[in-house]
Amino acid sequence: MSTVVEHVACPFCGCLCDDLTVEAEGTEIRKVRRACSSGLGIFMDYDPRPRRPLVDGREVEWDEAVAEAAKILSAADSPLIYGLSSSASEAQRKAVALADRIGAVIDSTSSVCHGDGSLAMQAVGEPTCTLGEVRDRADLLVFWGCNPDASHLRHFPRFSLTAKGALTPNGRADRTVYVVDVRPTGSSKKADHFLQVDVGSDFEVLTTLRLLVRGLEPSVDTAGGVPVTQLKELAERMKSCRYGVAFLGMGLTMASARQLNVAELFTLVAELNEFAKFSVVSMRGHGNVTGADQVLTWTSGYPFAVSFARGYPQFSPGEFSAVDMLARRAADAAVIIASDPGAHFPAAAAAHLERIPTIVLDHGPSVVASHARVLFPTAAYGVDAAGTAYRMDKVPIPLKRVISTGRVTDEEVLDRIIEAVA
Amino acid sequence: MSERLTMITGRTRKQAIGMHKGKDSPEYREATALVEMNPEDMVRLKIEDGGQALLRTAEGEVELTAHAGSLPAGLVFVPMGTLVNRLIGTETLGTGMPSFKGQKVDVSPVAEREGAS
Amino acid sequence: MMLGILGGRIYDPQNGKDGQVGDIWVKDGRLVAPEDVDREAAQTVDATGLVVMPGGVDIHAHIVGGEVNSGRKLRPEDHRGHERARSGSLRAGAGGTVPSTYLTGYLYSELGYTTVMQASTAPLVARHTHEELEDVPNLDKGALIVMGNNHFVMQCIADKQPQKARDYVAWLLGASRGYAIKIVNPGGVENWKWGKNVAELDDEVIGYGVTPRQIVQTLASIADDLGLPHSVHIHGINLGRHTSARTTVEMIAALDGHRAHLCHLQFLSYGAGRGHVHKSEAAAVAAAVNANPGVTVDIGQVIFGNATTMTCDGPLQYGLHRTTGHKWINDDVEGESGGGIVPITYKPGNPINGTMWLTGMELFLLIDDPWRVFLSTDHPNAGPFTSYPQIIRLLMDRDYRREMFESLHPRARRGALLPELDREYSLGEIAVITRAGPARALGLEHKGHLGVGADGDIAVYEEGADKEAMFTRPRYVYKGGELVARDGVVVADVTGRTFSVAPEYDTGIEAELREYFKKAYTVSFDNYSVLAGHGAATEIVACG
Repeated sequence: MSTVVEHVACPFCGCLCDDLTVEAEGTEIRKVRRACSSGLGIFMDYDPRPRRPLVDGREVEWDEAVAEAAKILSAADSPLIYGLSSSASEAQRKAVALADRIGAVIDSTSSVCHGDGSLAMQAVGEPTCTLGEVRDRADLLVFWGCNPDASHLRHFPRFSLTAKGALTPNGRADRTVYVVDVRPTGSSKKADHFLQVDVGSDFEVLTTLRLLVRGLEPSVDTAGGVPVTQLKELAERMKSCRYGVAFLGMGLTMASARQLNVAELFTLVAELNEFAKFSVVSMRGHGNVTGADQVLTWTSGYPFAVSFARGYPQFSPGEFSAVDMLARRAADAAVIIASDPGAHFPAAAAAHLERIPTIVLDHGPSVVASHARVLFPTAAYGVDAAGTAYRMDKVPIPLKRVISTGRVTDEEVLDRIIEAVA
Repeated sequence: MSERLTMITGRTRKQAIGMHKGKDSPEYREATALVEMNPEDMVRLKIEDGGQALLRTAEGEVELTAHAGSLPAGLVFVPMGTLVNRLIGTETLGTGMPSFKGQKVDVSPVAEREGAS
Repeated sequence: MMLGILGGRIYDPQNGKDGQVGDIWVKDGRLVAPEDVDREAAQTVDATGLVVMPGGVDIHAHIVGGEVNSGRKLRPEDHRGHERARSGSLRAGAGGTVPSTYLTGYLYSELGYTTVMQASTAPLVARHTHEELEDVPNLDKGALIVMGNNHFVMQCIADKQPQKARDYVAWLLGASRGYAIKIVNPGGVENWKWGKNVAELDDEVIGYGVTPRQIVQTLASIADDLGLPHSVHIHGINLGRHTSARTTVEMIAALDGHRAHLCHLQFLSYGAGRGHVHKSEAAAVAAAVNANPGVTVDIGQVIFGNATTMTCDGPLQYGLHRTTGHKWINDDVEGESGGGIVPITYKPGNPINGTMWLTGMELFLLIDDPWRVFLSTDHPNAGPFTSYPQIIRLLMDRDYRREMFESLHPRARRGALLPELDREYSLGEIAVITRAGPARALGLEHKGHLGVGADGDIAVYEEGADKEAMFTRPRYVYKGGELVARDGVVVADVTGRTFSVAPEYDTGIEAELREYFKKAYTVSFDNYSVLAGHGAATEIVACG
């Protein structure tokens, strides 16, 4: 049966572009319009064939898989639930319910992505806006430590660089664009100004900008490898724009100063508001990592690295964040939901997932799935399951079920496990 | 000869496309088994453009195909993924975030093997 | 399921009960006549000597949604030390001034409250509000939808198209599954996106040329034309400023007889004092309220202690950041709204805070009709909702009130009217301002009273001299006839309902909106409605 589904949201990255059209023949997706090359594969490479759960690589019935998962979790002293960022909020809520029930640690990919941004926001606040404000008002854009040309392929045309909006009818021509990075990138080539910063020196550059915004004179000629004259120009533009927006990425959150970098940027943006309207937006990577933040926050009070081990929520990045839990061998069982720490964690942390019994919920093969004690093949939200996701600017977007494969969802599996451990 | 350089990792378009194909796919392998380097560093280290480089840290080592790129001297870029994660340590400075950007790495050419068959 | 609460002193102002001893019967979640109950089969509770009231109705609190959740995330320090462990089927939670969702529901149960209105929601993120409401147990709820800086509304006003504005508002309420029209600093939040604000009702909104007066009049009129169960709900201009009392009175006059609910009125009732310390103009504002029977208000009483300010009033929140130096969140929402969050602590020794405190008290005591003045703290802006019992005590016990007044900074006390106001609220009046009055103002016919047909939302208290202790620890609390709290401790987690309205509109507007969305928003028109997708189940309350 041929189907055409419109206004489909791509679940891949934090842009959650919801203008896709997907044509399918039964459960075979044939054509996708308007997806970028990174999101296209989510649909075109989707394997819709029904699969059975596995226990130790052996195909089993669902009941057996659920029972085995419940057994593992009931026996565990220190279970870890991780991932969540490519799952829908409905499932994320169940993951927290499970963590609450069994006294688990629960963390999302935030901890290896923009968790530092959350720590910065908790320290100094965050002046931000939704992406439509960027498109419609922003006449100055500063991309700091991020490369949307590689990571968020439709960000430039839909929201930022070339997008046309109410006050920016000429798109690119109505904007001045800076890229600040340690090396030239596809994004820097499209900017008006590229400031190349020495690796590990973003903090110095941000502090210098704060000084310049206050009208103070630095006693040096360069900061972090960038000539102060260029920084002065940037500071002046920032103070006199109509609506400025800074975007930040892993270049700040992953660099040596971690959340201190982000806090310095957030503080700069807050201080700029004395002179001009300025906002900052975090380029959230995964499609629903923002949802994971939201869900963990409303159910536990904290956005990531949460432990329910004492019966009430405790927040401690560095203790309860997944890489640390695994590197220190503090977890003795794991539930990995829609994520592949087997591939994306440092090897020593990923290795622990092979030592402890691991329960994996995912729609397709992954490194962590290949070592799972129990593997639940679940639907992919946005492809064969409907659910809710949150865009990088926290706007909630409905994910559609584009093909009907009859696969169970993460939400349903988690529900069954919660029932079984009770 | 080997030199200690600074490594940053990150997303690329090809890495994303390869990931959807599967992490054991040739597309993924090709997209992630590479390191971009500053051309002068490559000359000095005697690593050929398209040749193999060995990257080593206290965590482990990995061989990657080297490509000249627009990197400043002393900086190398490797796409995120299973291979580069052999090099990254687990210290997160109390934040949860490992050193995915800024890790020091020892880089050397991979010697030609004689009589390769 | 049948329940009888027998022999208690019933305070049911809607039905003329002011402490008369009697029985109430609940069957299948609703109050029923005694003859409809099989007494042998019913469970009974001996309420002899106890006070029986309808469950509390909170007309204005920030408990869920994008802004609230950012406030939660902002303040881990607010939660630590206020945690609640899981217990049986009750979920764990973290409290403070912005508690997590399960704990929010439990804390309200522990006060005897059973209905809460989420104070503001931008329709673009309504889906988030509804999803989060699903995780708030033990309460029936609704969401007020902000429209006072909505681009489409302002354009309709500029183009002199009131009918189109009306159809749009009706569509928007349905699409966002909202309960009522909310206005926050009309025009001021749009101007904030240019770094500016409004100061007078006739100032112009940048890019539209419309005025706050026009926005208020248009939306107040639409609320009445559509027959919405609740009037337009307004956070006016100049909140926190010394001009606020004057413009509040002017705005009441501008309503031209339309219904309106003015929220957290305390914050909008100041006049110019000496230096930077405002003075209370509660007398003038109360007089305006008293003279306008179509106006209801909630006070937004300041409570000394920690609070978290969070409103859609972007420029106000920036101002608070500059004044206090505290961390600040701002969030501009395309085409619709904005807002910000700043933590704050109110101290009796701070003359400004003292003035705010006594302004609220004066309003409570000078507004004559308890059916038009409701208890609130604009949670968590002036204080957390867990402080409501303290306010009840202040209203019922003038000695306690005097004591607290004496603890204020002398500059706040100087020239204050409060010492002359002897009035003490009676229990019956408390029942009005915390239950019957808000329910009536909201148009929730089955709430706030104990007549036949009402929802079985009941709170039973043990009366004592210390009214704060009395209302902090209800003996029994029932939600839909089910026991949810005993002796001030939650004992059950039940699912509440969300109320919304679905007024009729000319569906022809949808074609225009589909085109409008392409230029004005960054999400597809077809994905905007809460119904597209998860589709939170709500109970429709009729209009007209």
